[in-house]
Amino acid sequence: MELEPVIGLEVHCQLATRSKLFCRCVADFGGTPNSRICPVCTAQPGALPVLNEQALALALNAGLALHCTIRDQIKFDRKNYYYPDLPKGYQISQFDEPLCEWGELEFELEKGGTKVAKIRRIHMEEDAGKALHPDGANVSLVDLNRAGVPLVEIVGMPDLCSPAEASAYLQTLRRTLRFAGVSECDMEKGSLRCDANISVRPKGQEKLGTKVEVKNINSFKNVERALMFEIARQSEMVARGEPIVQETRSFRDTEGSTIAMRKKEDAHDYRYFPDPDLPLFDVGRNRIEQARAALPEGFVAKRRRYQASWGLTDYDTRVLTEEPATALFFESVVAAGLSPKSAANWIQGEVLAFLGETKGSTKSDISELKITATELHALVQMEERGELSHQAAKKVLRRMLETGVDAQNSAVALDLLQIRDSGALAATIDEVISTETKVVADYRGGKETALNALLGRAMRATKGKGDPNLIRELLLQKLGKPGS
Amino acid sequence: MLPPELSRSATALAAAIRSGHVRARDAADHFLARIARHDGAVHAFLHLDPVQVRADADAIDARIARGDRTGALLGVPVAIKDNLCTRGLPTTCASQILVGYTPPYDAHVIERIKAAGGVILGKTNLDEFAMGASTENSSFGASRNPHDLKRVPGGSSGGSAAAVAAGFAPLALGSDTGGSVRQPAALCGIVGHRPTYGAVSRYGLIAFASSLDQVGPMALNVEDCTLLMDVIAGHDERDSTSRAGAFDGVGARRDGALTGLRIGVPAEYHSDGVDAEVRAAVQRVEQLAVAAGARLVPLALPLTEYAIPTYYLVVTSEASSNLARFDGVRYGPRDEAGDLAGMYGATRRRFGDEVKRRIMLGTYALSSGYYDAYYKKALQVRQRIGEEFAKAFEQCDLVLGPTTPTPAFPLGEKSDDPVQMYLCDVFTAPAPLAGLPALSIPCGRSKSGLPIGVQLQGPSGADARLLAVARALERALALDLSPLESPRGA
Repeated sequence: MELEPVIGLEVHCQLATRSKLFCRCVADFGGTPNSRICPVCTAQPGALPVLNEQALALALNAGLALHCTIRDQIKFDRKNYYYPDLPKGYQISQFDEPLCEWGELEFELEKGGTKVAKIRRIHMEEDAGKALHPDGANVSLVDLNRAGVPLVEIVGMPDLCSPAEASAYLQTLRRTLRFAGVSECDMEKGSLRCDANISVRPKGQEKLGTKVEVKNINSFKNVERALMFEIARQSEMVARGEPIVQETRSFRDTEGSTIAMRKKEDAHDYRYFPDPDLPLFDVGRNRIEQARAALPEGFVAKRRRYQASWGLTDYDTRVLTEEPATALFFESVVAAGLSPKSAANWIQGEVLAFLGETKGSTKSDISELKITATELHALVQMEERGELSHQAAKKVLRRMLETGVDAQNSAVALDLLQIRDSGALAATIDEVISTETKVVADYRGGKETALNALLGRAMRATKGKGDPNLIRELLLQKLGKPGS
Repeated sequence: MLPPELSRSATALAAAIRSGHVRARDAADHFLARIARHDGAVHAFLHLDPVQVRADADAIDARIARGDRTGALLGVPVAIKDNLCTRGLPTTCASQILVGYTPPYDAHVIERIKAAGGVILGKTNLDEFAMGASTENSSFGASRNPHDLKRVPGGSSGGSAAAVAAGFAPLALGSDTGGSVRQPAALCGIVGHRPTYGAVSRYGLIAFASSLDQVGPMALNVEDCTLLMDVIAGHDERDSTSRAGAFDGVGARRDGALTGLRIGVPAEYHSDGVDAEVRAAVQRVEQLAVAAGARLVPLALPLTEYAIPTYYLVVTSEASSNLARFDGVRYGPRDEAGDLAGMYGATRRRFGDEVKRRIMLGTYALSSGYYDAYYKKALQVRQRIGEEFAKAFEQCDLVLGPTTPTPAFPLGEKSDDPVQMYLCDVFTAPAPLAGLPALSIPCGRSKSGLPIGVQLQGPSGADARLLAVARALERALALDLSPLESPRGA
């Protein structure tokens, strides 16, 4: 019996707000434990939540970027359970009326073509803190810096048929959210977290098999690893005739395996009910339509535009839309006046290569570049005016990227400005003519190519800085036509 | 000692302090002395720091000496129910689970009182987490009714009511979820106002049932009650349920409120379940109102009998969630017991029986499989009760009736019978379910000398009007509203 997997992902993603969902504490990653807390996010008796409307705006962007239906009222519910990292003893979340529902995500398949997976719902909720269990200590520690950080949970339908599809879906979801400005989506920092629901069923069967939820998948690579392990495990159970138990399992990175966490019957009864501290919040059709109009352009639309309007290749557009900051920089260089093709070449060739080399050590990112679009444009203009050779321009750009010094000053510092002063070049040419008597004689004897040899000598004498066109012109002036 | 005209009026006291006739320190000393002398018998206060009170009063006097005489409560001591957070002053909700807890911040109403020049006098007793109608559920011992020390002062704001009635404080704050300001006010013979839901910020009020909790002023007379309401009411962006509109303090002080007033009198409020003396006292108020130009409008509020079951489903559900934060992890005492679940259990065993009962009931009502039958149904009935009131207020301007079915009952009489205790809320629970303002003023005494209260309920936002009518009725009733010389019935 041939089995096929059925996969759906639940993705938690931290909204890129300055402050937390219901208080004004800073929502950044890290920080000295318990330094970003207040009466509200530590659940002091009597403290009350107030909705951060910036979080709402970003959640709206997520829903719009994923083509969801948006509710014009937000209702928050309490999800009740006990854990030391959950200060109030309940999480403020959305239960039966999520902000966004029924969206979709189109992603590319390995074998070519695309697939559309449905998004069931997107809801807003607050994050919990962190409980730490130091090795060897008989205490646990709680850090509430993360408590109250705004999240959206994006629940996908079980539309994915393989670990590779799941991975492609997740990558595309991440890029979509990053381009919409919703979230950094950095799995290492926990601003993107993924749980996977997976079941197997005989190929051709309509009815879904019993699903297992896998938690604690902490990297993109591990999404595929965890799913492959689960498919194999469940398939073997089916082959042995064992029933699959509905349960939650935890992924273990070191073994690449999953282990049981809790069975369905152990599942919490979360006793959801509407949070009486947060009355229905009116989102309003206006706000939704304004957000729709202001939604940042997605990477798919950008690719289409770069190809259609600017004639870039498919490959170029992909490289330039890998990251939102790259696309942004590219577009600002074009806006500064550089031709799209030239901008694409410079960014791909030099800028991304530079970032690629420095990555790892400093974690450079195009948004942290030391140069502006205008400065890159200025550099290219210098080349176009003949003030820099192409090779020299590359060297100057490298220096600009390293130091942040502008093109003119970098070129001067590197002593790479072309010599375009005929007076200065005349002396060099006289010297070449006086020393290279044999080559001069060949030229005069009618060997036209000998001029190139003289040009090469002169270039060497100027250490490559002489303007080759000017030198050729001066040589011709001095020597006349070949054979003359 | 303060002269009688100042000890029975916070408004007059503030004026006397402002004009320099009396020092804030003298006022503080007066009330501290009364507390020292009589609170052993009454047990209105849980936390009192006379040194701090005197220092705060001195600071007000220093301000006045510098020429700064601003603030409606200048130098007036205010007693605070111990479920309102006070920075640097213990706040326990009369619970063993908050023993030793000192909040890092002031509740909104405390900030307002301090900004108005008021002096925080101390923290008053209550039923644990405001769950009760007698203060017998306080884990620090019951308060006594100053009119008869063998009887309860009502609850849950029993400490605040007793403090005002006994002349320990000219003003007090209580909180009202299902009657916890009005019922003790009625039983102690003072004025207690439950504002429209959202009129006063709940920021810093330790939540019992968030959709019903409101902070309310308590005082010897309506004028003083209005004075305190004027200070604490108003929008607060830290409470998402806070209303935008401002309290109309001028309207609340306007005369002539009874002329042409349509007073709704529901048949359900005159049942046999109401004590005959209470009924008679309320009828006398009706007659006085008519004599002053008001008209009585007979009403039917048939959903009144569903208010108690509805109320107890809503409050227990919300409380089961609101009290989850008392887990021994971040503040308050922790009882270690080997592992995490054991620690939770051991720590939460500190809750008293009534609190545990309500957490259990609420947990049950919210459980999957029961939610629709209990919590959701309760919300539907709650909605209907609101609609019934809205219809009633098409025919009348306010609804008048008894605040409580009986005057103060003896300690211990109902403490073993939760349902009998819950029935104390029969007339006070409907208004909170509908978010409406309501207040209780003294309207007479039983033959044995126990105070009786009459309740006015108004449409949403009609706080000022209720207070204006109450002031007119108070004048018509012409009762002696002085605090007791000393507690009775020891």
